[in-house]
Amino acid sequence: METLNHNIQAIPLNHYILLCSIIFSIGVIGVLIRRNAIVIFMSVELMLNSVNLLLTAFSVYHGDATGQVFVFFIMALAAAEVAVGLAIIVMIYRNTNSIDINVLNRLKW
Amino acid sequence: MNNYIWLIPILPLAGFAINGIGRNTLSKGVIGFLGSFLVLVSFGISVGVFLQVKSTGTPINVTIYDWFALGDFHFPFAFLIDQLSSIMLLIVTGVGFLIHLYSVGYMKDDAGFGKFFAYLNLFVFFMLLLVMGSNYVIMFIGWEGVGLCSYLLIGFWYTNPAYADAAKKAFIMNRIGDLGFIFGVFLLIKYFGSTSFAEIFSHAGTQQYSAVPYVLITMLLFVGAVGKSAQLPLFTWLPDAMAGPTPVSALIHAATMVTAGVYMVARSNILFTLAPVTMHVVAGIGLATAVVAAIIALTQTDIKKVLAYSTVSQLGYMFLGLGVGAYTGAFFHVLTHAFFKALLFLGAGSVIHACSGEQDMRNMGGLKSKLRITFITMLIGTLAISGIPPFAGFFSKDEILAHTFAASPAMYAIGVITAMFTSFYMFRLLYLTFYGKFRGTHEQEHHLHESPPNMTVPLIVLALLSLVGGFINIPESLGGHQWLAEYLAPVFQKSAALFTGSQLTGSTEIVLMVVSVSGAVVALVYAYVRYAKNGHVPVSDTGKRSPLANLSYHKFYLDEIYDTIIRKPLDWLSEFAYNNIEKLGIDGIVNGFGKGSLDASRGLRLLQSGNVGFYIFMMVVGIVSILMYLVIKF
Repeated sequence: METLNHNIQAIPLNHYILLCSIIFSIGVIGVLIRRNAIVIFMSVELMLNSVNLLLTAFSVYHGDATGQVFVFFIMALAAAEVAVGLAIIVMIYRNTNSIDINVLNRLKW
Repeated sequence: MNNYIWLIPILPLAGFAINGIGRNTLSKGVIGFLGSFLVLVSFGISVGVFLQVKSTGTPINVTIYDWFALGDFHFPFAFLIDQLSSIMLLIVTGVGFLIHLYSVGYMKDDAGFGKFFAYLNLFVFFMLLLVMGSNYVIMFIGWEGVGLCSYLLIGFWYTNPAYADAAKKAFIMNRIGDLGFIFGVFLLIKYFGSTSFAEIFSHAGTQQYSAVPYVLITMLLFVGAVGKSAQLPLFTWLPDAMAGPTPVSALIHAATMVTAGVYMVARSNILFTLAPVTMHVVAGIGLATAVVAAIIALTQTDIKKVLAYSTVSQLGYMFLGLGVGAYTGAFFHVLTHAFFKALLFLGAGSVIHACSGEQDMRNMGGLKSKLRITFITMLIGTLAISGIPPFAGFFSKDEILAHTFAASPAMYAIGVITAMFTSFYMFRLLYLTFYGKFRGTHEQEHHLHESPPNMTVPLIVLALLSLVGGFINIPESLGGHQWLAEYLAPVFQKSAALFTGSQLTGSTEIVLMVVSVSGAVVALVYAYVRYAKNGHVPVSDTGKRSPLANLSYHKFYLDEIYDTIIRKPLDWLSEFAYNNIEKLGIDGIVNGFGKGSLDASRGLRLLQSGNVGFYIFMMVVGIVSILMYLVIKF
C-alpha cells in the first residue's frame, strides 16, 4: 500500500488533473455530438470515471480515504444507472426501432 | 345626575338599534312609542342636567373612557355640559321629541315607518354627541354622523331619482365643509397640542402666537360651518333637502343640524374673537346669505321651498350676529328659530298632509276654516319669524340687529331690508295658503281635514314656545332682564373681555326696534294687498315674471352656475381621465403585462423543441457560464 501510494505520488498532481480534464472533455463532446443513445451513455460513463479518477488522486495526495469511499458510491450509482438506462434504451428500441436521439423528438410542445 | 348623563345619547341609540332591527317585525305603535319615548326620557334627563348647571353654575365634565392615546396625546371620550350645551340639549331632545311625536301621525301610512324612526333616533344620537362632546374630535363624530343621517333621511324616498340626487348633493356639499372642519382640528392639534375645549380655550390668547394661526384655524372651522349651516356659497343643498319627509325638514334642516355650525362657532367664540379678519368674513357671508336667500324666497311657490330659503336666511342672520360679536344674540336666535321654524315646517307638513301631498301654494288657499289649529299656530310662527313683538323672533332678531348697528350701520340697513323681505314672504305664504278660496282639485277639497291630535299637539306646544320663548332675554332697554345673556356669560366671558365695539344706548336700541318692526309691518301690509285682498294669485306668480322676479324664482341661477363652472369641467375631466388615464394608461399597463407574458411564453415555448442534443448543449452552456461567472467573481 505504501509503495502504491508512493508510486502514485511520483507523478505530479497536475498531470492527473490534466488527464481527467481531457477524459471529461471527451465525455462532454461525445455526449454533445453523438446521436446514438448508447454512445452517449458511454460518454456519460467516461465523465463519471474521469471524476472518479480525480477523486482517487486527490484522496491519495491528501492522505484522506474519504475520496475513495465516494468513488465506491459513484461506481455503485453508475452501475444502477446503467441498468435502468440500458433497460430504457432497449424498450425505446423495441418500440421505435431506433436509438437515434434526433428521431426521439416527440416530447415537446 | 352626573351618573345618568351618558344615558342622554345612549337612549336614542338604543332606539335606533331596536327600531332598526325590528323595523319589519315590530308594530307601528311600538316603533312610534319607543322612538318618541326614549327621546322624551333623554329630554327629562337633559332638564335635570340643565337645572343642575343652572343652580351650580359650573360645567359638568364626564369622561366615559379613554378612547385612544398616541404617545402623550390622549383622546378621552368625554362629555362637557356647560351653559351652552345644556340649552342645546334641551332644544335637540325637546324639539326632537315633539317632532318624533308629530311623525307618528305624519308617517303612519308610510311603508318605511320603522326605518324612518330608526334614522330619526340615530340622528338625535349623533346630534347629542355633537352638542355634548368635550373636544373637537367627539364633536366631529357627531358632525359627520348628522351629515350621514341627513343624507339617509333626505333620500328616504330613494326610489325617486330626484330625491336621491338631492341627498347626494347635500352629502357632497357637507363633505366640502367637513374637510375644512377637520383641517381646522388638525391645526388646533398642531398649535395647541390638544383638541379639548377646556385646554384650548384656556390657552387661547395667552400664547405668543401672531393672529395668523387663529385666522387660519377659524377660517377652516368656518368653512365647516358654511357647509353644515348652508351659507353662501354652499347653501344650495338645503332647499333641495326638502325632498325628505317634512318632519325631517323640521328637525334636521331647520331646528338642529343646520344650527350646528352656529353652535360650533359660538363654542369656539374665543378663537374667533382673536381673529378679527375671520369675524368680518363671518359677518359678511352671514349677511350676504341672509339677503340672497330672502330674495329667492320672495317668489318661490313650493311651500317647503319658501321655508327652506327662509331657514337659510335666518341662519345668515345668526352668522351675522356671530360675526359682529353678538354671540348671545346669535345663540338666542338659534333657540327661538328652533321653535318657530320647527313649528312652521310642521305646520306646512300638516297643510301638505291635508292637501293630499300638494306642495304648490298656488293650488292651496282658503284653508283657514278647515285647518283651524294649523292656521293659528302657523300664524304665531309667521309673526315670530317676521319679528313682530312680543313673539320670540322679535327679541332675538332685534338683538342681532342692534349689535350689527353698533358694528356697521350699513350692514344694519341691509339686515332690516332682509327682515322686511322675511316678513313679506312669510305672510305671502300664509295668505296664499290660508286665505281666499281653495284653488286645488275637487278631490283634494273633499279630502281636506285637520290633522290628528298627535300632530296638532306638537304644533300647539311649539306655538306656545314661539310665543313666550323670547321672554328669556328681554333687552334692558325694554325694562327686561337679560336672563339668557347672564346664564351664558361664563361661556362668552373671555370674548366679552376682548370686545372692543361700542355699546348702544337704550334709546338708540328702541329707535332701531321701531324701525325694524315698522319695516316688518309695512311688508306685511304689502303682502296682504298683493295676495289676500283680491282673493286670487297675482299674475306675476303664475304667468310671465318680470326679469327680477325671474332671477329670484330661479335662485339667481346659482345651481346652473355651479353646474357650468364646477360640475361640467369636472365631468369633462372625469371623461378625459377615464378615456386617457384609465383606459390607455392603467388598463394599458395591466393588459400589457398579460399580453407581454403571453407573447413571451409563445416565443420561449419554441425552445422546447424535443431535440435532446439541443437540450444537452444548452445545459453544458449553462454550466460553463455559471463556472465562468464563479471563476471571474473570485
